[in-house]
Amino acid sequence: MNWGVLLFPGSNCAEDCFHAVDKILGKPVKYLWHKDTDLGDVDAIIIPGGFSYGDHLRPGAIAHLSPAMTAVKEFAAKGGLVIGICNGFQILTESRMLPGSLLQNRGLKFLCQDQTLQVDNADTPFTSEYASGDVVVFPIAHNEGNYYAAPDTIAEMEANGQILFRYCNPEGEVSDGTNPNGSLNGIAGIINRTGNVVGMMPHPERSADSVLGLSDGKGVFVSMLKHLEAKHG
Amino acid sequence: MTEKKAEMEEKIWRKAGLTDSEYELLTKHMGREPNTVELALYAQMWSEHCGYTHTRPLFKHFLTTGPRIVQGPGENAGIVDIDDDEVITFKLESHNHPSAIAPFQGAATGVGGIIRDILAMGAYPIASLNSLHFGHPGEEGHTRWLISEVIHGIGEYGNCVGVPTVGGEVRFSNAYKGNPLVNAMCVGFMKKSEIKKAIATGVGNSLMIVGNLTGRDGMGGASFASKDLEEENDEDRGAIQVGDPFMEKLLIEACLEVFEEDYVVGVQDMGAAGILSSSVETASKAGNGVEIDVALVPKREEAMRPEEVMISESQERMLLIVKKGMEDKVNKIFHKWDLHAVVIGHVTDDGMYRVLEDGKTVGEVPVWSLMDAPTYILDAVEPPHLKETMAFKNEQVAQPSNLNEVLVRLLGAPDICSKEWVYRQYDHRVQMNTVVKPGSDAAILRIKGRDKGIGITMDSNGRYCYLNPKRGAQSIVAESARNQVVSGAEPIAITDGLNFGNPEKPEVYYQLEQSIIGISEACRALDTPVIGGNASLYNQTPEFGSIYPTPIIGMTGLVKSLDHVMTMEFKNADDFVILIGETKEELGASEYLDVIHNLVSGDVPELDLTLERKAQDYVLDIIRKGLVRSAHDLGDGGMAVALAESCIAGELGANVSLDLDMRADALLFGESQTRFMLSADESSTDKIIELAAAQGLEAAVIGKVTKEQNIIIHNMDEKLIDISVGDCQTAFATGFDKLMKTDS
Repeated sequence: MNWGVLLFPGSNCAEDCFHAVDKILGKPVKYLWHKDTDLGDVDAIIIPGGFSYGDHLRPGAIAHLSPAMTAVKEFAAKGGLVIGICNGFQILTESRMLPGSLLQNRGLKFLCQDQTLQVDNADTPFTSEYASGDVVVFPIAHNEGNYYAAPDTIAEMEANGQILFRYCNPEGEVSDGTNPNGSLNGIAGIINRTGNVVGMMPHPERSADSVLGLSDGKGVFVSMLKHLEAKHG
Repeated sequence: MTEKKAEMEEKIWRKAGLTDSEYELLTKHMGREPNTVELALYAQMWSEHCGYTHTRPLFKHFLTTGPRIVQGPGENAGIVDIDDDEVITFKLESHNHPSAIAPFQGAATGVGGIIRDILAMGAYPIASLNSLHFGHPGEEGHTRWLISEVIHGIGEYGNCVGVPTVGGEVRFSNAYKGNPLVNAMCVGFMKKSEIKKAIATGVGNSLMIVGNLTGRDGMGGASFASKDLEEENDEDRGAIQVGDPFMEKLLIEACLEVFEEDYVVGVQDMGAAGILSSSVETASKAGNGVEIDVALVPKREEAMRPEEVMISESQERMLLIVKKGMEDKVNKIFHKWDLHAVVIGHVTDDGMYRVLEDGKTVGEVPVWSLMDAPTYILDAVEPPHLKETMAFKNEQVAQPSNLNEVLVRLLGAPDICSKEWVYRQYDHRVQMNTVVKPGSDAAILRIKGRDKGIGITMDSNGRYCYLNPKRGAQSIVAESARNQVVSGAEPIAITDGLNFGNPEKPEVYYQLEQSIIGISEACRALDTPVIGGNASLYNQTPEFGSIYPTPIIGMTGLVKSLDHVMTMEFKNADDFVILIGETKEELGASEYLDVIHNLVSGDVPELDLTLERKAQDYVLDIIRKGLVRSAHDLGDGGMAVALAESCIAGELGANVSLDLDMRADALLFGESQTRFMLSADESSTDKIIELAAAQGLEAAVIGKVTKEQNIIIHNMDEKLIDISVGDCQTAFATGFDKLMKTDS
């Protein structure tokens, strides 16, 4: 069960994701290099946060053109699990592997805080460790996390259960006041139609090591692991 | 043209920033008159910023060695041992003048520069902090713009480069109105075996420049930082560097990959005075010479003169001294990261600093002479204001009738209020080591794979040093160490940022000298040697005069087990509240006098360093024994503010009673030193009191934590404070928003 963490110039959460798989899950993990066209033998790919290519042009706009992303698309087309976190989410929308896009936060400032989220759909390979409606705390740290998609796309995603996480208050209420960045419908994380590609702005890896005072995020990695184990027997 | 200006133009060395006697000295060293290239070399290397001309003679006071000190001053950063063959390296640096003129870039490049100092030691940068000082914004937009841009610049750079910004301070006084202070600190981690030095050994070895291209940005920044900020200095705008955090991130990755191999004998960051100072310092340490051909330096601008190439402060560049024959291997690693590594010269055995252009010598001076900047011991005269301020008596101010209102105003005051507005713009969690976040007494980082961590703080108090330079400076060191101790960390060492006015003024030199003596005495008493630092002098403007003398102390501590990590918030209702230390009737120099009575006066509270050390050892001991549930340093705003902060953070109330025969405002808001506020359960409380008595320390159970969210303080049966935690919280949480007048 091999995990891969895709490394771009400017990725700065790659080591954190590596740590989560290596030390928290205790599973084999390797770095994948953005110039590689063959990603080798991996079962799940994490596209980590950071500022790939310095966010030049637009977050994710240059990274999605890298050779490795062609390979990631092929991997996903065969049903492989892909999760993009923060800048990874931005890269996935830029590459059109996920719908919509991430605009600048409505407060026009970078925002780093521990954020309460509601699990909207617990019936996916990424969220099976949670129950729908669970309130969890994952840190956010972004300047462009304001999720936008056309109204009919949003309606379709809502109908298909493609919303995985929404920003909420500690009581689990989702409202405009609990929304840190202006995302439509409080959307913090989404999944594609085929249910194997996830993008989310909050950082589950930063909430996976209990010594740092947060541990809710571990569930994302454990969910993925259980799915892979079931698939591979 | 005024007569003065005409004269300046006449003497070319004066225009370069050198005095007549300095010019005379350098011609003696050279045995001839310098050409323009050589003059530029001396002007930069003999500036205060590079040569520490005014501060070097004072550094002899500092204790710089100790059992945990691996590297003291003299390298890019000092290094301390944190057990298990692991070390941390840290340093702070000022970027005041650039930030005054171009706050976004000035602050951003300050962060970038100090990160490279840490990288040059061979370490991975794991944390950034910053200490910021501004004027009060009031109704005036310029200061608000400065604040906003500085914070944005720090955030933009730190967030992108992937180093968490975990702490620091933002303080306000109109003494900084024309000349804000921006000091950035960085901490790096490595194994002891990975330490690199800034040394150019091995004749024939290559000097390689890596990272960014060289342009005219930051021209003469070192000498710019070594003179007063003047309104008409618009031409100095060229002395502002432009930062590229993405390039810095690549540089970090590539350098650390190169360091893993045995290719490099020396590393130096290119900071002030760029290629020049980095190469001179490495050559001087090895007792060697160097030869650099400016034509080989990759440039982003055309027709740069040799001296421009030599002193450019273009950012995100490093100098590597590479073993002969390993150049291609180094270049291959940099190429992987889409960077270049270019040979620009080599180490020689003749002790000369030689600048070539296309192989032709354009400047040649002895290396030692560039490092031998003349030093100045100037006249020190006690500042005249001290006569008046030292004579302050408490009776001069009337005690306000509504003390609840005073508490609320203090909690919302710029120096005390929550700085969440600031630190939520900084990624403080990246790298996954942040155990205690910004907003506490000290930031705590874990060391991965170990049950241990480090405490990091950055503290200052310009008002204290203005009112008593020596004791003020002692107090800052003591407070830094208290902040470490209440967080469960054993203080290890400090780096100091000396921010002062023009030292050629006798009263400023007095402040500088006394502050250094104060820091030195406190560091000896608390066993926290000085392992490096930075001096930023000439912080004054014609309109607003000199800044407050502002030494900034960056301190690190060792948390021996993560079980010892301690925070300020009350944890449980019915826990006992314990006050350690003696409360004296001291109002002098307090935040209370400043905020409520608009008075900067009085003497700094008394400080007994022997008692301080004893009290700190005791508090750390009872925290390590697991007796304490919360611990908080009593600082700005005194006991009432500390109590309110513990209540706000814990979302609990407190009911305390004291029995002290003194003015209520001194009791509540006075800043008597060497005090701590703790909470503990009943059985631990007995032990805490017992252990304090055994040490001869004052410790009193003053009340209890309550579920009801009210803060009630009695003294001698008189109710002084009765206020809801909610009211306190609102004032504390919204203070900064109000200052910035934003609705976010």
